[in-house]
Parts: sequence; structure tokens; C-alpha cells
Amino acid sequence: MELQAVLMAAGGGSRMMDLTYNTPKPLLPVGNRPLIWYPPNLLERVGFEEVIVITTKEVQKTLSTDQRLKTDVKMRLDVVCIQEEADMGTADALRHIQQKIKTDILVVSCDLITDVALHEVVDLFRAHSATLSMLMSKVHEFTETVPGQKGKKKAGEQRDFVGVDITGKRLLFMANEADLDEGLVLRKSIMRKHPRMLIKTGLLDAHLYCLKRSVVDFLVHNKSVTSIRGELVPYLVRKQFSKSLNSQNATEDSEKNHKQQDTHHNLELLSTSKDEALLQLARERSCWNDHRGDMSEAYHGGKLRCYVHIMEEGMCYRVNTLAAYIEANRVVPKLFEDPPIHPAAVVSERSLVGSDSIIGPLCQISDRTSIKRSNVGTSTTIKEKVKITNSIIMNGVTIEEGCNIQGSVICNNAVIGRGADIKYCLVGSGQRVEPEAERTNEVIVGSDQLMEI
Amino acid sequence: MADSDGRQVDSINHSTEEDVKLQEVVQAKCEGKELTKEEKQRLRKEKKQHKKNKKDDRGPPEKEKEKEKASVLAPSKPATQSPAHKAAPVPVNASASESPVAAEKPAKSKAEQRAERRARQDTERASKQGKKEGGQQSASSKPKATPNELQPVKRLPEHIQVDDPAALKKLAKKLERQQVPLRSDYGYKVSLFSHLHQYSRKNPPTQQISIPATVIHPSIVRLGLQYSQGIIAGSNARSVALLHAFKQVIQDYSTPPNEELSRDLVNKLSPYISFLSQCRPLSASMGNAIKHIKKEISNIPSQCKEEEAKRRLQECIDSYINEKIILASEAISKYAIEKISDGDVILVYGCSSLVNHILCEAFEKQRKFRVIVVDSRPRLEGREALRRLVKKGIRCTYVLISALSYILPEVSKVFLGAHALLANGYVMSRVGTSQIALVAKAYNVPVLVCCETYKFCERVQTDSFVSNELDDPDDLIVTRNGKTHLENWQTVKSLGLLNLVYDVTPPDFVDLVITDLGMIPCTSVPVVLRVKNVDQ
Repeated sequence: MELQAVLMAAGGGSRMMDLTYNTPKPLLPVGNRPLIWYPPNLLERVGFEEVIVITTKEVQKTLSTDQRLKTDVKMRLDVVCIQEEADMGTADALRHIQQKIKTDILVVSCDLITDVALHEVVDLFRAHSATLSMLMSKVHEFTETVPGQKGKKKAGEQRDFVGVDITGKRLLFMANEADLDEGLVLRKSIMRKHPRMLIKTGLLDAHLYCLKRSVVDFLVHNKSVTSIRGELVPYLVRKQFSKSLNSQNATEDSEKNHKQQDTHHNLELLSTSKDEALLQLARERSCWNDHRGDMSEAYHGGKLRCYVHIMEEGMCYRVNTLAAYIEANRVVPKLFEDPPIHPAAVVSERSLVGSDSIIGPLCQISDRTSIKRSNVGTSTTIKEKVKITNSIIMNGVTIEEGCNIQGSVICNNAVIGRGADIKYCLVGSGQRVEPEAERTNEVIVGSDQLMEI
Repeated sequence: MADSDGRQVDSINHSTEEDVKLQEVVQAKCEGKELTKEEKQRLRKEKKQHKKNKKDDRGPPEKEKEKEKASVLAPSKPATQSPAHKAAPVPVNASASESPVAAEKPAKSKAEQRAERRARQDTERASKQGKKEGGQQSASSKPKATPNELQPVKRLPEHIQVDDPAALKKLAKKLERQQVPLRSDYGYKVSLFSHLHQYSRKNPPTQQISIPATVIHPSIVRLGLQYSQGIIAGSNARSVALLHAFKQVIQDYSTPPNEELSRDLVNKLSPYISFLSQCRPLSASMGNAIKHIKKEISNIPSQCKEEEAKRRLQECIDSYINEKIILASEAISKYAIEKISDGDVILVYGCSSLVNHILCEAFEKQRKFRVIVVDSRPRLEGREALRRLVKKGIRCTYVLISALSYILPEVSKVFLGAHALLANGYVMSRVGTSQIALVAKAYNVPVLVCCETYKFCERVQTDSFVSNELDDPDDLIVTRNGKTHLENWQTVKSLGLLNLVYDVTPPDFVDLVITDLGMIPCTSVPVVLRVKNVDQ
């Protein structure tokens, strides 16, 4: 077997607590499907037949009971539970399932929604025998107003500095703004080998990684690495250029030195195979070089290589903030060819459902309601004379008569009283909005949630 | 093919088929078509077998009849060579072999099915040939030059046209059956080369291959990608990488139940080879390597255990690489170094792994010479050769091929590498080589071609059009200062971009060919081929 897929679905959604304090992030509905449906769908389309899902018990329960999931997803989901309280990082999770991993792996995060041609990423992995191959995309500006955001948007998350070579495929440098104190430090060895480097900041890491088997073994030996994105990837990118005879790392303290020597040693050892001699012969006889201008052979003789595929066009969303969630809900339904109005929904003839809205199954939409540019989830009851525009209504919501909902997100099982006028609000899970309320640009959540900081 | 019917058939039905066949052949005769010697021979044999069957009908009970048939059919199995899974007319062998070979029941039925299939194909072929005008037989209808009468007559179709729509459809169907994606051509092809395939690097062959690759072994997918992107380029490198990938395939192979390793593994390799040729057309060296491997696989005795067989195959691959590539290059450099004298100015073209090796060895043996590396667009492989030679310490000059006639007066000899050596003495090599040889001849500079014997190929070609390779035309586009004039070359109807890869050099321009068997003139290649075939 060539690749095994691993789906990381144990994350908490810490950047959108308003949405996730009651519903685990993998089960948030996007386009009337749970978020966790999208990565397996992508994998299935490409040809994977099974995926290892690492998640919490709650999500596992839902996965096994959700009818729709069971029918839509044909591949085998091998669910591995981890404790929610254990606060495992992604690398810890990989260590946890180390027994199941027998070949190279493709790690994907559950909040990724994309239509990338996956073979682009995997081809880099295959053709160059890369240790790491990842996917990145240009960041889109979010245009929708985000409920509950007061004032201008903050400066945003910390930027990622990504350095690639002139072909745009080889990953030379990766650092997050938070890790850089004063400025960007580039090692001379990188500049000597790749004198032309492009540094990009407007890139979104899609959290889709192809990793060699030896990396998993390396993780097993090095228990200090907890997160793939935060620690492992920058480490691998840095390791491409470190000398195996360790004389250049004088700046780091000796402990780390030894550890790095060991680990590097491990990495090298684990990646050699029996037929290395033949491969070496083929490479020697081949008249190809990945760079020119200096006297070194292809890949500068390095065994560790990291590649990145940067998507220019196409859709790639990571649903980890509220803005991304709303944007994804807007764009995703257009991808799939589901009928906008689910056949199991009861929609009265005298209601007006716009063509860019989707209605989930078991909904009841009464007369003289108008729904425009909105997503309505399963089992939602909408009474008469309700106007819904530009909103996201999740599952099990009840909206009484005469309401006017604009640009808002209404979470699971909320109840909106009669005549309420909600503009650009976020109504949390299970909340009740009293009748005749007028809320603008507010986040309505329960008091118990407010305690949780 | 209703073989189930065939299996239940008794000999009477069999003979009626023979009757039909005979009738059709007689019909063809009556239509006044001229039957060649082979046809007449075949007819004679068919008649004999037909008569024998009729005799058997009246004679002993059915069991003996079947035994006869088995004896008739069983030798056909080992007679067919491994690559010849093509139909061979069974009745031809029938009369010759009388030895009753005890065949087991399942083998008999399979052989019987095959015999029925072949008989049916023969009738179809006979009728088709009767319909075609002109008695022109293709040159290859000459039967295999073996004294053994059991050898089947191998026939190629009369009109071999690569861009014939029927042939293309057949190829597409074959690829579909093997579950190998068909790669589509890209861009406008220059009319003289429109029979060749032209692919773009932007449409990789892995677009429709599932991830993870299941139908095609992952190491073969990786190899195909490396071929199509040019990461592994050069005849020797491609062959070594191919054999390495085959080693991994053999490692991961397990014989399915009721199958024999010798036959099943060869069948498994066919889709892989189709996939690789979709990525990049196979080179002559790769073709020879594949032939060798297939022969080795089919020569594995059936009682050999799987582990033992796999180990044997791996060893065989290792020894092939060792003998034909590594040791051969040692031998060639030994011969070639004799030809390099102190004070020489040697001209090389492009990046040939063998020539580089020779020059490095000569430098180590303290010969005093300098090298002129000639390079050409769009591949600019000479840069890589230049890097390797300079790294070794050899004094080099670098020119583009347009400066060839300027630099040749300085040159004392020309060393060229070859992609393949054809049976009529022509040298197939990187495009531009024939130019170098031509101009060198004009300047009376000796041209030496270095080539291992495993690259010798039985093809015959006198021009570079009939069989060549077209590379990605977008490679010819140059971007300077952000401006690309040829960006939308597809929209200009009268413009075609041609990126040829190979050309053939006639033997008049080549003074010596240095092979691992020694230094031979170009015209002795058929002799080497003949000697090789007799050895095998």
C-alpha cells in the first residue's frame, strides 16, 4: 500500500468557542453536512478506501449513528478515540496510533474543505521521494460581515513566513511571526544552496501533509514533539539544511545538540532502504539536476526534502474561525449537486425560498416566509411570515412567526421568539431569544459559556 | 468467445470447424488469390490434421481421441514463447508432433480452449486476408528463423499505421482493460510528426490514477512520474531505475491461488509497462531489459517455491545490471582510454553517462586532455556534463551547437554516446548528434560512439521521422524579463512547436563503435545481434 490517510478530528475549535462550546467542531454543519464529512469525501473521490479517524468519544457516537454519514461515505472509517481531557497534540495523536501505521501517511485536518487536485501534492511526494509534502493556498479575504465583531477587524492572526525556491515547489523556510523576535533569520547554508528564494506571507496552511513512514518512527523516539504544524514541520524544514557532521549548530545549547544529532541520525537511518545502491546508481547516471549554478549534485546531496504545493485557484477553507465558517457555508453548497431543498423537507407553496439557499431534511417551512441566501439545517421549524436573509440556521432550531433574521448564525436547538428582529448576531446553542427582541451585532450565549475562558 | 461451448464440444464439432476453415481457404484459393509458400505449408498441415481427426472419429473411443487431441495441443503450450501470447496456429504443430504427452485434465481443457480460440482466429484471419487486395505480405511474415518446425509463424498486420483510428481504438481498449489511464495529446503537432504522441508536463499521467495507487504498483507510479518530469533521464539511468522498480514489484508480489508465478507475474507486468510507456515512450535499452526479465520469469520451473523464485529473480536482475551496465562501462572505458592520447582535444555532446565516465577514468589514469562540451536547447544537458567534468578537475570549454563549425578545427576526436544502435548500423542518439557527426566528418575528425551491447536493437531505421519522441513543446518557450512572446502559440494557427528528442546518424559518419565486446565498425552491429541471439 502506498499511503494511509489519517484524519485529525479531535481538535476543540478554540478560535470559535461561541460555536463550539456545545457542539464539537467536527460536527458543526457546513452546507447541511457535518464538517467531518468533507475530508473523507475528498479522499474518497481520489481513491482512498479507508481512513483512520482520530477523534473524541462524542464525535464517534455521532459518527456511528448519523444515517446520512453512513450512506454518503463509502469508505471504511477506522475510528480511534482519545480522551478529550488528555489535550493531545496532533503529533501525540500520531504517536498514539503508531501501531496502525504501516506505510507513508497523509494527515488531514477535519476542518479542511477544499477541491484541490490531490495528486499535485502527492506527486511531489512521489517524484522527489520527499519526506514532507504539504498543501498551502492563497488567503482569501472574507467579505461577509461577521456577527458579534465590534469595530474593525483586528490585525488578524499571526502571519506565516514561507520561503520557497524559484520553482515554487521546494520548501526552504517556514516560521510563524510569533516565533520571530526581532526579525527573520536565514541561515547562510540555505542562501548558499538556494540563492533565489521567494518569501510569501499571504498563504494559508491547509494542514494536509504527506509524511514518510520514517517521520512517524522519529516521533515515537522523540516524545517532546507535540504538534505537527507547530513543531514537526518547522523542524523538518530546518533539518533539510543542517550538516550531518554537527559543527554548525554552535549557537544552540549542547543538550539540544545531542538530541538533534540523535534524532537526525534516526531520521537518516530509518530512511535508507536495501536497494539504496541501485537508486543511487540511477541518480548518478541521470543527467538531471534540480538547480544549477553550483557544483553540487541534485538536491545538494541532501536526503531530507520538503515540498509544498501552493494552490493558485480553487477553493480551500480551513474552518477554524467564525468568519471562515460563514464563508464556507456560503461557498460550499455550490460545489455539490445536492438539490437545494431536501426532498424530506416540508416547504409550503406560499413561501419563497431563494435559489441560493439550502434547506435540510425534515424541515418545516410555513407560509409567507422568505429565505434568501441562507442555509437551514435539519429538523428546523420556521413559522409564518419569517424573513431570513444571509443567515445560517443550524439543526433543530425553532423560529416563531414574524421574525426577521439577517446576517446571523443561529446554533443548534435555539429558539427565536415571535417577532424578534435579529441582525448580525450569533445565537448560541440552545439559547432562547425572547419575543419582540431587537438584537444587532451581538453574541447571545449562555452564562455558563461566559465562565469558560 | 464461447469457450464453454468449445469445451463441451466433441470431436465432430471440432472437425466441422476445421471443415469451415478449409472451406474458407479453398474459397480464397478459388478467388484466385496467390497463396505464398507459408500459406501453402499451413494448408498442407491443416489438411493432414483434418484427415487424422476424421480417422480418429471412426476409430477408438472418446478417451483416446481426447488423449490424441491433448497430445496434439499440449506441445503447443511450451512451444509458444513467453512474449508470444499472440495466437499461433495450433494445427501447424499438430501434424509434426506425434509423441503422446500425458496432459492433466485442467491443463487439457485450458489448452483446448486456447486451441479453439486460435482456430477461430485463424479462420477470421484467413477470411480477412482473402478479402484484402493484393497478395502483399508484410516483410515480417517470414517465419522465425529456427529449424524447429514447432515454432509458430508470427504475423504482423499488413498496414502498420500508428495514427490509424482502428489501431488507436485498439490501444485505448487495451489500456482500458488494463486500467491504465490514456494520456491525451497536447497542442498542435507538426504534420511530419503527427503520428507520434506529444504530451504536456502540465497534464501528469497520474491525474486519473487513484491515490493510493492500487492497480499500478506505487514504485511504478513513482517511476513513471520521474520519467515524465525528466528527473530520471538518460538511457542507462532509465534502465537501472526500471529494474529497481521491478525488483520492488517482485518483492511485493504474491502468487494468487491456482496460478503459476512464471505466467502470472508476466501478466502483472504488462499493465505496468503500458503505464510507463504512456508516461514516456520506452527506450531501446528498457525494451531489452524487459525482454530479458520476462524470459527469466517464464523460465522459472513450476515446482520452484515462491520465495526461492523471487530470490532468483532478484539475483538475476542484479546480475543483469552488474554485467550489462556497470562492468560494461568499465570495459568500454578501458578500450576507450587506449584511444585517448596526451594533448587530445575531445568534443562531447550533451550529457552521456558513459562518455562522462570514460573521461573521468581517463583523467584518473593521468591522461592529459581537454574537453569541449557542446550543448543545445531546450534541454541544455551539457551543463550537467560540464559540472561533472569540472568537478573532477578536467579542463573544459562550453559552446552551443551553433558554434560547432567554429570550434571543430581545434578538436582532435569526438566522443558520442548513444541511446540505441540499430540493426543497420545507424546510431540513434540525442537530437543534434547527427549534426555533430556530419560536421566532424567534413573536418576529418574521427567520431567514436560508445555504446553498451544491451542497447543494441533489432529495429531498422534510416531517417529520424518514422520513429521518434516528441517532448513537451512548451519547453521551447523562453521567458525573459517577464515577457514570453510565445505564450499563446496555440492560438496562432500557422505555428507549430516541435521538440524532437532523438535523431539517427548514418554509419558513414561514425568511425568506430566502442562496445564492451570490443571496438567494432558500425556495420558490424547485426553480427553482434546475431551472436547475442544465438547465445540466448
